Amino acid sequence: MELQHLVVKIPVEGPIGIDPAKVVDVFHKWVAAQTEPGVLLVDVAELLHVPKGPGVVAVGHEADFALDNTGGVWGVLYRRKTVLPGTDADRLAEAFGAAARTGALLEEAFAPKLRFSRTEFEIVVNDRGIAPNSPETYAAALPVIESALRSVLGHGEFSLARHDADPRERFGVTVRTGKPFGLASPAAT
Amino acid sequence: MKASHDIWKERFKGKLPEPIGSEVDQFETEIELRKQGKIDEKVFAETRLRRGAYGQRYDNGHRYDGTESRKLPYADKPTKGPGTIWDAPGMLRIKIPFGGLNPRQLEVMGELAEEYSDGIAHVTTRQDFQLHFIHIENGPSIMRRLASVGITTREACGNAVRNVTACPLSGVCRDEAFDVTPYSHALAWFLMGHPDTMEFGRKFKPAFSGCAQHACGLTQMHDIGFVAAVREVDGKLQRGFKIVVGGGLGPVPRQARLLTEFAPVEEMLPLTQAVCRVFGRNGEKKNRNAARIKFLVDKWGIEKFREEVFAARKELREDPRWHDMLKGAEQEAEGPLHPPGQLPAPNGNGKLAEWIATNVRDQRQAGYVTAAVTLPLGDITANQLRALSQIVSKYTRGTIRTTVEQNFLIRWVSKADVAALFADLVAADLGQPGAQSIVDIVTCPGTDTCKLGISSSRGLGGELRNRLVSKSYQLDEAIRDLHIKVSGCFNSCGCHHVADLGFYGVSRTINGYKVPHFQVVLGGQWENNAGSYGLPIIAVPSKLAPNAVDRITGYFVQNRQKDEKFFAFVKRVGKGPIRELLEPLNQNLPTHDAEPEFYSDWGDPRQYSIGDIGVGECAGEVVSRYQFEMTAAERLVFEAGLDLDRGAAQPAGETAYAAFLRAAKALVQMQYDDVSSDPDEILSEFRERFFDTQLFHDPFVGPKFANYLFAAHAAKGEKFTPDTAHHRIAEAQLFIEAVHSCYNKLRSAPAPVRS
Repeated sequence: MELQHLVVKIPVEGPIGIDPAKVVDVFHKWVAAQTEPGVLLVDVAELLHVPKGPGVVAVGHEADFALDNTGGVWGVLYRRKTVLPGTDADRLAEAFGAAARTGALLEEAFAPKLRFSRTEFEIVVNDRGIAPNSPETYAAALPVIESALRSVLGHGEFSLARHDADPRERFGVTVRTGKPFGLASPAAT
Repeated sequence: MKASHDIWKERFKGKLPEPIGSEVDQFETEIELRKQGKIDEKVFAETRLRRGAYGQRYDNGHRYDGTESRKLPYADKPTKGPGTIWDAPGMLRIKIPFGGLNPRQLEVMGELAEEYSDGIAHVTTRQDFQLHFIHIENGPSIMRRLASVGITTREACGNAVRNVTACPLSGVCRDEAFDVTPYSHALAWFLMGHPDTMEFGRKFKPAFSGCAQHACGLTQMHDIGFVAAVREVDGKLQRGFKIVVGGGLGPVPRQARLLTEFAPVEEMLPLTQAVCRVFGRNGEKKNRNAARIKFLVDKWGIEKFREEVFAARKELREDPRWHDMLKGAEQEAEGPLHPPGQLPAPNGNGKLAEWIATNVRDQRQAGYVTAAVTLPLGDITANQLRALSQIVSKYTRGTIRTTVEQNFLIRWVSKADVAALFADLVAADLGQPGAQSIVDIVTCPGTDTCKLGISSSRGLGGELRNRLVSKSYQLDEAIRDLHIKVSGCFNSCGCHHVADLGFYGVSRTINGYKVPHFQVVLGGQWENNAGSYGLPIIAVPSKLAPNAVDRITGYFVQNRQKDEKFFAFVKRVGKGPIRELLEPLNQNLPTHDAEPEFYSDWGDPRQYSIGDIGVGECAGEVVSRYQFEMTAAERLVFEAGLDLDRGAAQPAGETAYAAFLRAAKALVQMQYDDVSSDPDEILSEFRERFFDTQLFHDPFVGPKFANYLFAAHAAKGEKFTPDTAHHRIAEAQLFIEAVHSCYNKLRSAPAPVRS
């Protein structure tokens, strides 16, 4: 199994301290400046009218970035759309790094009202074809994710909790780390 | 393309219902051919449109960023159509005939929204779904997954028969003549890919209604509308339809005109086929702005149009599907899961009472209700779709439909289940009240994603909804049931013509800056199947459009006569006083320095511009039936080559033979519309019309290429070796070239006679 189309979401720490609608302006500026390395940003989708929805999305060709509220949990989200070469560790590092870096940029834009977690994030494989939400996928993915995370975080002090086992859902895990990670640089601070 | 492309292809290989499965394979091949530059961009544009793959804003590779229009640095690849960048995201429209869905289909819609789009599935004003930000190369995977649950995107866009809509209450309505569901279903599948629909100059939208007086079917604003009726003949009740044609909204709206007061149900399919034939043959092809059927009806008058349709009906070759597809139509198809019951007493639950008052409606069947699921701006998340799927399964036999008001309607809910249903919907954030009320605002996508959008219809719709919901308890009873509909431009996808309060986007220049505006449209009527169209009275700045709603509704509450409806009120007082009421909204406007946000649109902080408006694809590309057939023939030759490459000589040879037939048929159809797909008939017609007449003869090699065809046909069923298959493919390619030559020769000669 190859980990492709990864989604990484880092939740907001505590209640969200900003009006999410303000992120629309920030994302438009990112599109104008094409700030994301390796990603062609195309548009901004404001979906705040939908309860517990995708929030505000900076839509890109290779990947999307969002202040996401899926499941009623606000967080910074990175969603890889195109296939990435390399190893699973490379792809996880890329997705986590992009989510963390986006989180850092949003924190900076709204300082000090917005802060994302340094000890928790979730990983979802956004492709039911390559990763159906099954026990087999979990068994196959667990060592791959653990190995990749050790490489990305620089340590092994973390736990994984599988998301809902409902086969209709996408396969995903929540990661909780023993040491806080940085946003600008994902390795432990 | 996503990593799972081949997984889905393999998983569904040979398992998808036909013809949908083959359609997807064909589309995939066409994508590959276009990438190789082997299909013309216009032909590819129309072929993708006919698969529901539509353009989206900024797909020309430029985007206004608030100060200037910038080029989006896409990779250099072939286009998807004229001026349409390959990698630019597009919209995929998914046809839902009569809005009918089942729980598994809801789940799949959620999966696709999550994996390929932005997490949102959007219900349209014609009961379709739309997914946005879709990459063209993911189209085949999405289509296969949809096909696996019986859904197609075929002809959801382009110059084709669009989704067949129908009243979502069909079969459970108290006022209907009979259930139109099976007839709308039959028409949708009968016309899909029908030869008589292949040469339209523009789209063609059918709609069904169970009665004349309500709005649910909106037949008066459709290209063809069917209103159920029953008459007595020799003491027996006979089902039929009043059929109207030539209705439509858009910049020049028309009320449909009467084609026939009563056509027995057995005549529904052939008569519609005849309408399509007349439209395909005689409708405008060059001027897109006058190519809808309404213009043909205008040009001829309804009497001549009617004569032509009934003449065309007489010449149609009998088709057993006219009858077969209606078998069982008189039997009730749906039923309940739970026994009938009584509505619960609210017991102090004000929210339940409010929701019941606006969203729940008695069915004709005692003890059952329909329950509307109100979607803000027609949007629903993947999680909500999964939850809704479970809810529908829990309380019904999977009976749910989309509505033209961008909501869902759950049918066959036992009254005893209403409180529990409401609780489950609330848990999924789907329990909002106000269905079909002033807060249930309909909008098109507008500047959010549409290439034609001028102002932000969704931005305004969302703002109005927020404001009206927050004061819903204070709203006067008289205005609670008003319909507000917003379009981003004059094309009326938001149906502003038939709203009580309609808006459509325009732009104006104030203090040297472009400012988004909305025209206020009054006089429309939702009832009576969209019985009357409104007219614009004044344009107001976008940011002041909510004030316009406040002023108009306040004026109505103060001045209405007892029980007077808004439509009658506007008629009585006239539009003049209401215009006067709104004129101050265009006076003493803030300067750009004082209030820069006034110069941007709702939900979009960029300084407003109309620079992003592109060329719409509503009209599609005019591609003749000949071009479609020949594209198919060329695709088949290409596929034959792929078969040969993988060592499969037998399918390679057979596919090459199929390419011969397709190309020959393309030519025959120029003179004979009704030629079937029977190889013997194609050969016979080809021989008589093109070979015996020497029209097909090559100036240098005479009948050589025609003889390839005859030889291939004579050898039908032969066993192919790699060598013979190779020869057959090469000959098929040469035959196709000869067909093109013959076609070009004929096109420069006087028009052929049809028979």
